[in-house]
Amino acid sequence: MPEIREFSLASRLESVDEAAMLADEFAKSVGLGDEFIYAVDLAVRESVANAVKHGNKFDDSKDVELRFADTGEVFEMTVRDHGMGFNVEEIPDPTDAENLLKSNGRGILFMNSFMDTVEWENAPDGGLIVKMTKRH
Amino acid sequence: MADITISERQAGDVTVLDMQGKVTIGEGSVTLRNAIRRLLGEGKNKILLNLGSVGYIDSSGIGELVSSFTAVKKEGGTLKLLNLTQKIQDLLAITKLLTVFDTFDDEASALASFN
Repeated sequence: MPEIREFSLASRLESVDEAAMLADEFAKSVGLGDEFIYAVDLAVRESVANAVKHGNKFDDSKDVELRFADTGEVFEMTVRDHGMGFNVEEIPDPTDAENLLKSNGRGILFMNSFMDTVEWENAPDGGLIVKMTKRH
Repeated sequence: MADITISERQAGDVTVLDMQGKVTIGEGSVTLRNAIRRLLGEGKNKILLNLGSVGYIDSSGIGELVSSFTAVKKEGGTLKLLNLTQKIQDLLAITKLLTVFDTFDDEASALASFN
């Protein structure tokens, strides 16, 4: 049976640190090492920051749902907001020369770089679900 | 406790900011932004950011480095980076920002490069 933990976070910036702390605790509890935890930490911070800012737009009536699971071989992390959703294909590539000096837009690049898979789904009842996995 | 502390010292006409802690979304990024704005307000536009004791940076922090770089350049100055940790170097490589920033491993070379 996989280890699973689920949390509900408020739509404020402090939730980014809280999510990272919860990810750290969970990853340690299933025996993952520092380098792995660093990757998960970056990915959870970026995805929860996106959920708070761009998804829920800091609306306190909407929470950010966070789920960790670990099968012993694969770590899985799901972040869900309750915003309008979006098409990830429309996000400009921050490594294009014309975007290099922009101050934002690199979070998704970090998630893709540090996790093995990142899947995006607009939930039928609203909101965006981001599912990320990383093999041990 | 603050995410980051920034100490300022002067080396000739170059201002060195020794940064310690985390540059992340929220307080860490804002602290850096305020420090750069203050220096530019004082007419100090040759700035060396010492990142040797920055243990963690996220995309917001990377974005703040870029904003700092462009703000200083707009004022006719130069912002360079010193003592990148391996993790920060990796993030700058992923984002292709190593092509944007001048980076140095030793302070003497960094300071000399401003002249």
